[in-house]
Amino acid sequence: MTELVSIRDAYGRTILELGRENEDIVVLDADLSSSTKTTLFAAEFPERHFQMGIAEANMIGTAAGLASCGKIPFASTFAVFATCRTFDQLRMSVAYSNLNVKVVATHGGISVGEDGASHHAIEDIALTCALPNFTVIVVADATETEQAIRAAAEHRGPTYVRLTRPSVPIIYRERCDFVIGKAIRLREGKDATIVANGLMLSRALEAARLLATEGISTRILDMHTVKPLDKQAVQEAAADTGAIVTAEEHLLHGGLGSVVAQTVVEHRAVPMRFVAIRDQYARSGKPEELLELYGLTSQAIANAVRQVVSEK
Amino acid sequence: MTEETLSVSELQGKARCLRCHIIGMTATAGSGHPGGSLSAADIVAALYFRVLRHNPHNPQWEDRDRFVLSKGHAAPVLYAALAESGYFPRELLRSLRCCDSPLQGHPEMHHLPGVEASTGSLGQGLSIANGMALAGRLDGRGYSVYVLLGDGELDEGQVWEAAMAAAHYDLDHVTAILDRNRQQIDGWTEDVMSLEPLADKWRAFGWYVLETNGHNMEAILEALATARMVKGQPSIIIAHTTKGKGASFMEDNLRFHGNAPDREEMARGLGEVRTEERCKVCGVDYPGPC
Repeated sequence: MTELVSIRDAYGRTILELGRENEDIVVLDADLSSSTKTTLFAAEFPERHFQMGIAEANMIGTAAGLASCGKIPFASTFAVFATCRTFDQLRMSVAYSNLNVKVVATHGGISVGEDGASHHAIEDIALTCALPNFTVIVVADATETEQAIRAAAEHRGPTYVRLTRPSVPIIYRERCDFVIGKAIRLREGKDATIVANGLMLSRALEAARLLATEGISTRILDMHTVKPLDKQAVQEAAADTGAIVTAEEHLLHGGLGSVVAQTVVEHRAVPMRFVAIRDQYARSGKPEELLELYGLTSQAIANAVRQVVSEK
Repeated sequence: MTEETLSVSELQGKARCLRCHIIGMTATAGSGHPGGSLSAADIVAALYFRVLRHNPHNPQWEDRDRFVLSKGHAAPVLYAALAESGYFPRELLRSLRCCDSPLQGHPEMHHLPGVEASTGSLGQGLSIANGMALAGRLDGRGYSVYVLLGDGELDEGQVWEAAMAAAHYDLDHVTAILDRNRQQIDGWTEDVMSLEPLADKWRAFGWYVLETNGHNMEAILEALATARMVKGQPSIIIAHTTKGKGASFMEDNLRFHGNAPDREEMARGLGEVRTEERCKVCGVDYPGPC
């Protein structure tokens, strides 16, 4: 039985620690504090936690106002609400204004599960990548979350961090050398590269182990920072392995795959395949069921690798 | 803050300066929003030359009062007030909306001193103002935050989210001023999307509501002074104004919401506003449209 860790709890713990270290850290929530796990912070620093109610646009604008006066606001809600209904506020009050607002969004992707399409976030990475000045991060496990949240607090500028709802397999047991904008090479390989992040990273590792038994050696890149993309890592992957598969819990359009493909085509075009949701909304179901149904599996990644390798 | 306190008559003179600049700079730019800038000129003059604690030589002074122009299309009145206050040379006003000018079509906060928030997409300023007030409270700073809203802007739902939040958090350092000029782009507000009863609505949202004649300087000052004394809840001053106030042919004229005066209209408008010799002292020569 794979050991699972909660990403949201990691955020809750880390933001509390950060709050103790720096009194300029403030937290905002939109009636989802018990889900985003900012309750720990709220309990210890009630004067620095702002419950904004189910009013996400106002939450983002308020965070912008706080940031303009030197605070470091972390605004949290579900990923779909953090980006879709707030897009103009993110655009004008945060991105265009280049204010130091951190949007930490839980419930990314379709692994949200039974709540269904209204609560799934399949476009949040595309949306946030379309905002100049934003840094966009997708974390894969608890250790990476702790490092990413700390890095986000340290970084000056608009930042989006996407967390999953379910607990996830451990990727980084001991440590994670997280640096914004620097992909982590999780596995060496020479026949193909899988570029993945978030929940799909563990699926990528499973796919690589399966492929290894077939004699296919696969490099794996944890591309936690989608923006700014680690272009050098992608270019090296194209040069060294000659075939790339991307895997993300997101629409095909506009996410990790799109961004990686741009760099690949610009620099050195190699065969590519994309494991992502194909232009559709998902539905209610158990997280594992939905990931299977919409093709976000280690088998799908392995198939894609076999395809690109055959096209080399 | 200016070293000496300006009299009512001097403030009225400042408002006329702002009106000249608005007419001149929009005509020169060939575009812009003169109507909604002119309607706010008396309010903005009262704020920048009497009420706001601010320092043009230290725009980042941490204890300064903040002014958020939520109705960002009225950028000309803000730019005029900042120039007249000394944040930048008046001559820069001639470059409104030019490609290489810091005087963008709607306010942009990082390239022009004195601009507190980048606005223009309506409905966002009150949220930002609330955030500023919350920061001030956390830091134990007593600054006030003023936010100028348009009445058409009240159609935007975010304004009401922010209104609820301001009352919920007892933000008595937030004072909103509503430029109630009764018009928006497609017509009278009550024909487009009726707002009345407005005062009742704000009271229902937990705000202390004042109403005033938005072109009577004494009344404006009295309302601002009263608002400053309100404790435990935010205040809104509903300022009854006329769009295009100051140039007779612009008043209540929908055309001048988002259209600049042409050369002949600029001359006519400036002629009407400049009723005293002292109005000519600012020395900015607006070349008018090309």
